[in-house]
Amino acid sequence: MKDSFARNLQTAIILLVVGGILALALGGYLRSASNLLSESLVAAQRWLSSRYLAIQDFLTVPRDVASLRERNAALESEISRLQGQVVTLRQQAEQAEILAALVDFTRTNPESAYKAAEVIGRDPSPFLHYVIINVGSNDGIRRGMPVVTDKGLVGRVDATIADAARVQLITDPAISVNVRLQNAQTDAVLVGSVSGDIFLDLISQDVTVEPGDVVLTSGLGGGYPPDLLVGQVVNVRKRDYELFQQASVQPNVDFSRLQIVLVITNFRPVDITPLLPATPIP
Amino acid sequence: MRALVLFPVMIFLVIFQSAVVSRINLLAGHADLLLVFLALWGLQERADVWPWAIVAGLLVGFVSGLPWLVVLVGYLLVAALTWLLRRRIWEAPLLGVFAVVFIGTLSMHSVTFIVLRLSGNSQGFSETLELITLPALLLNLLLTLPLYAMVRDLAAWVHPAKETL
Repeated sequence: MKDSFARNLQTAIILLVVGGILALALGGYLRSASNLLSESLVAAQRWLSSRYLAIQDFLTVPRDVASLRERNAALESEISRLQGQVVTLRQQAEQAEILAALVDFTRTNPESAYKAAEVIGRDPSPFLHYVIINVGSNDGIRRGMPVVTDKGLVGRVDATIADAARVQLITDPAISVNVRLQNAQTDAVLVGSVSGDIFLDLISQDVTVEPGDVVLTSGLGGGYPPDLLVGQVVNVRKRDYELFQQASVQPNVDFSRLQIVLVITNFRPVDITPLLPATPIP
Repeated sequence: MRALVLFPVMIFLVIFQSAVVSRINLLAGHADLLLVFLALWGLQERADVWPWAIVAGLLVGFVSGLPWLVVLVGYLLVAALTWLLRRRIWEAPLLGVFAVVFIGTLSMHSVTFIVLRLSGNSQGFSETLELITLPALLLNLLLTLPLYAMVRDLAAWVHPAKETL
């Protein structure tokens, strides 16, 4: 009986204390104390959490670095492989573009028969401007055949072997091509130079030549078919005391980046040497 | 018999010259791989340069638009230079190589220029010197150093010292 009374009293005291605390809390009297308590708890939890994470990092990071390195190496090799693919695809795209342009050119000029060839080398001597192409006499290529691209005249075949041919470019210092100026309606002779620049010579002083005039082959002399595009006049040199005007020409073809060319196979150059006088006429 | 390996080496050099080196221009000049190789080969102890100068001349003459005799004479001049200098400046082999490359390039270009002028080509002397010869000279001299070690190793393999036989 006595024990029962004491337990009930204890319960009542606890309830009173709890009720009192609740009343104080609800009345706002415990706010500072609860804040202090919560701050302490949060700080303790933060400390514990940061220590735990530090220990976890210490235990797991070395393994992650190794795996990251492996992953990095794998990705780098993948990048190298893809970069190789990009280069190959770019080359293929560039070649396809060139071939498409050449096909367009052959369609717009159906009167000629063409044989496509790849440029595989250049003359070992810097004094000469020749390229070597990968078609030769086995493919019907003969000396003197004109070589073009979709941009215009490149040169002519100088020598052939079974599977290759040497092409003399129009930039070669030893070449001369009979041309005509489309706007000025006059003929001239195109000559190359050691620097790779091309010039017009033997332009009559009476003719007005302007920068931008289009230069085409004239077909005179029988060395080249007529109306092949060569380039445009860049500037003109006219001196009163000289017999002829000269002009420098910007070629349409980029000779430093020649990759694929077309040989005109149904053109036979005419050899007019027997018709030329043996000695100059006074 | 090991010297026969120079046949494929020469053929490779001609192909490499035509396909790659001739496309690397400085102004209008480019390096001459065969000339530098002959200069380096000719200055190696026990190396015989004359037959290889003829081989190089014929190979390049076949590929080039130049008359083959011009190329042959040019390379024989280089061989003659190495023959003259081999014993005299053996204490400074690199200096000898540079001297041979320098004089050899000038000789080769002089022969080419004269023949082209005689055949009616209207190239100006100063233009040729500025645009072709001087840039080619510089490129040849630059090419000398990387080729030097390779040719020395090749010569050591082709003509091993007597104690290693």
